[in-house]
Amino acid sequence: MTTSTTTRAVAVPRPAAKGRRRRLSRKHREWVAAGLFLAPDAIGLLIFVALPMVLSILLSFYQVSGFGSYTWVGLGNYERMMHDPLFWDSMRITGIYVLVLVPVLFCVSLGLGLLIKQRLPGLAAYRTALFLPYVISLVVVGQLWKFMLDDQTGLVNRTLRAAGFEGRSWLGDPDLALGSVIAVTVWVMMGYYMIIFLAGLQDIPKEYYEAARIDGAGPWTSFRRITWPLLRPTSFFVLLMSTVAALTGGLDLVFVLTNGGPANGTSLAIFYIYQQAFGFGEFGYAAAMGSFLVLIMVAFSALIFALTRGGRFDHDD
Amino acid sequence: MTTEATPTPGTGARRTPLSPARRRGSATARGRLPLTVLAIIASLISVFPVLWMVTSAFKTRDTVTDGRLIPQKFTFDNFVYVFSEVPFARYLWNSFFISAVITIVALLFHSMAAYALARLRFPGRETAFMLIFSTLLITAPVVLIPLFLVARQLHLLDSYAGLIIPAIFNAFGIFLLRQFYLSFPRALEEAAIMDGCGHWRVYWNIVLPMSRPILSALTVFFFLANWNAFVWPLVATTDPDLTVVQLGISSFQQQYGSNWNYVLAAATVAALPMLALFFAFQRQIVESIKTSGIK
Repeated sequence: MTTSTTTRAVAVPRPAAKGRRRRLSRKHREWVAAGLFLAPDAIGLLIFVALPMVLSILLSFYQVSGFGSYTWVGLGNYERMMHDPLFWDSMRITGIYVLVLVPVLFCVSLGLGLLIKQRLPGLAAYRTALFLPYVISLVVVGQLWKFMLDDQTGLVNRTLRAAGFEGRSWLGDPDLALGSVIAVTVWVMMGYYMIIFLAGLQDIPKEYYEAARIDGAGPWTSFRRITWPLLRPTSFFVLLMSTVAALTGGLDLVFVLTNGGPANGTSLAIFYIYQQAFGFGEFGYAAAMGSFLVLIMVAFSALIFALTRGGRFDHDD
Repeated sequence: MTTEATPTPGTGARRTPLSPARRRGSATARGRLPLTVLAIIASLISVFPVLWMVTSAFKTRDTVTDGRLIPQKFTFDNFVYVFSEVPFARYLWNSFFISAVITIVALLFHSMAAYALARLRFPGRETAFMLIFSTLLITAPVVLIPLFLVARQLHLLDSYAGLIIPAIFNAFGIFLLRQFYLSFPRALEEAAIMDGCGHWRVYWNIVLPMSRPILSALTVFFFLANWNAFVWPLVATTDPDLTVVQLGISSFQQQYGSNWNYVLAAATVAALPMLALFFAFQRQIVESIKTSGIK
């Protein structure tokens, strides 16, 4: 009798408890699943992206000598940076690089996007051709253009001389080398941004252009009144991506094409930082300059965000 | 390609009965000639240097700088030299192996994370997404130095693991896949959950097969990016057995700088797999870039 009551006492509440546990556990199971699904990437990003970023800032307050001995130097590395003419020279070169590369790349790829959108005969062939350089590694691109731009035997100078011009030392002249690096970068990247612009252009409804044409709008008016405002999210995206890439990029290409020369004429900040770290073992100093570069990058991103209003459509003005 | 080219004359023919339309059509046809010329010139600027590299790789040492596109004496010797002088096959294998492993693991991890961020409900989801998204601003060159120190601490330098593991984690892939999963119909998963499927089975049996198009696009894209990687392998390895192909051709050039026929042959071999991949999977590559621009 006692046994039966206990079994009944246990048996009665069980379905309710089971039901409640199940309801709770279904929600919790989703939480647990989400945690497990996220874990590999979250841990990896933490260790290999976020942690290095934090370390970079910490490291900038230390002097790293040889392999592994750290001495706290406070703001010493930053002071050194402020008085390092080579660093400021590399910042100046980076500034020119960004301010020339970003607008040129923007205009060229937007132009190509608009051109490809015209549905010319053989459209697919042009798109393929224009995108092709992007799939080649920057090392190969560097070697290929070094060959093309060679002073004596390069195809570019050969063509110029055949046309009656003087050949120039494209990679050997300190005044020209940075321009050559920028031109090669545009050559590689234009197809990539062209595709992004093309995607944005194809999202604009054709009816708008039809309506504008019926109202007598020319190509320039339809571009200014329809294409440009509606393309704003894409423009924002391209501007942001290319600026961030330009501020901290160019390392591969400079390595192969000019190795920072001639006369440090193509020594971008990121290249100088790399040299200080892996050439001279100045990890702390390099980290300080790197952190400074990140600060500038964040400021630039915020500026672009503010100027384009985050690429949102804006009907207020 | 032919399907894209044919509609243009087709629509022109259909328009002929309407005279104003025909006038407009012929006007645009006239306006199109300069545009076509422009497109051809731009395409040539794009392709010609690559073509020049490939044909020059078949020239002899004496004729490599002769300024002709087509080699007068066609030779394979440069390629034979490259493969016999340095362990080029080993470089190619290393690059292939590393890129393949990174691509497979990264796609699995990224799609898992993206699925959780797009489809599962849990507290802090938006924060998690913003945190992951914000790592996009941290570009690889900027964290190169501390990453090197982390990898050294974890004894990852000079190992396949060191070339593979840090290259896996990239918020960009998570972001693209999340965008894709947000557009999934909810009904399928919900039916499966009702049937008592766990989240893993829903992901593995339903979500993953349905994301085949975007996964195949990203596969090509990831493989390409990792095959072309240069700076991290340069920093993380000194062991010649671990040399990847980009590093191989770079040091090859430093060694044989003036012998353009050899340098260009090595560069051509390094570029050829990517060119082949591009021609085979052009649509996927273009699609994956297109989706990256759309928010």
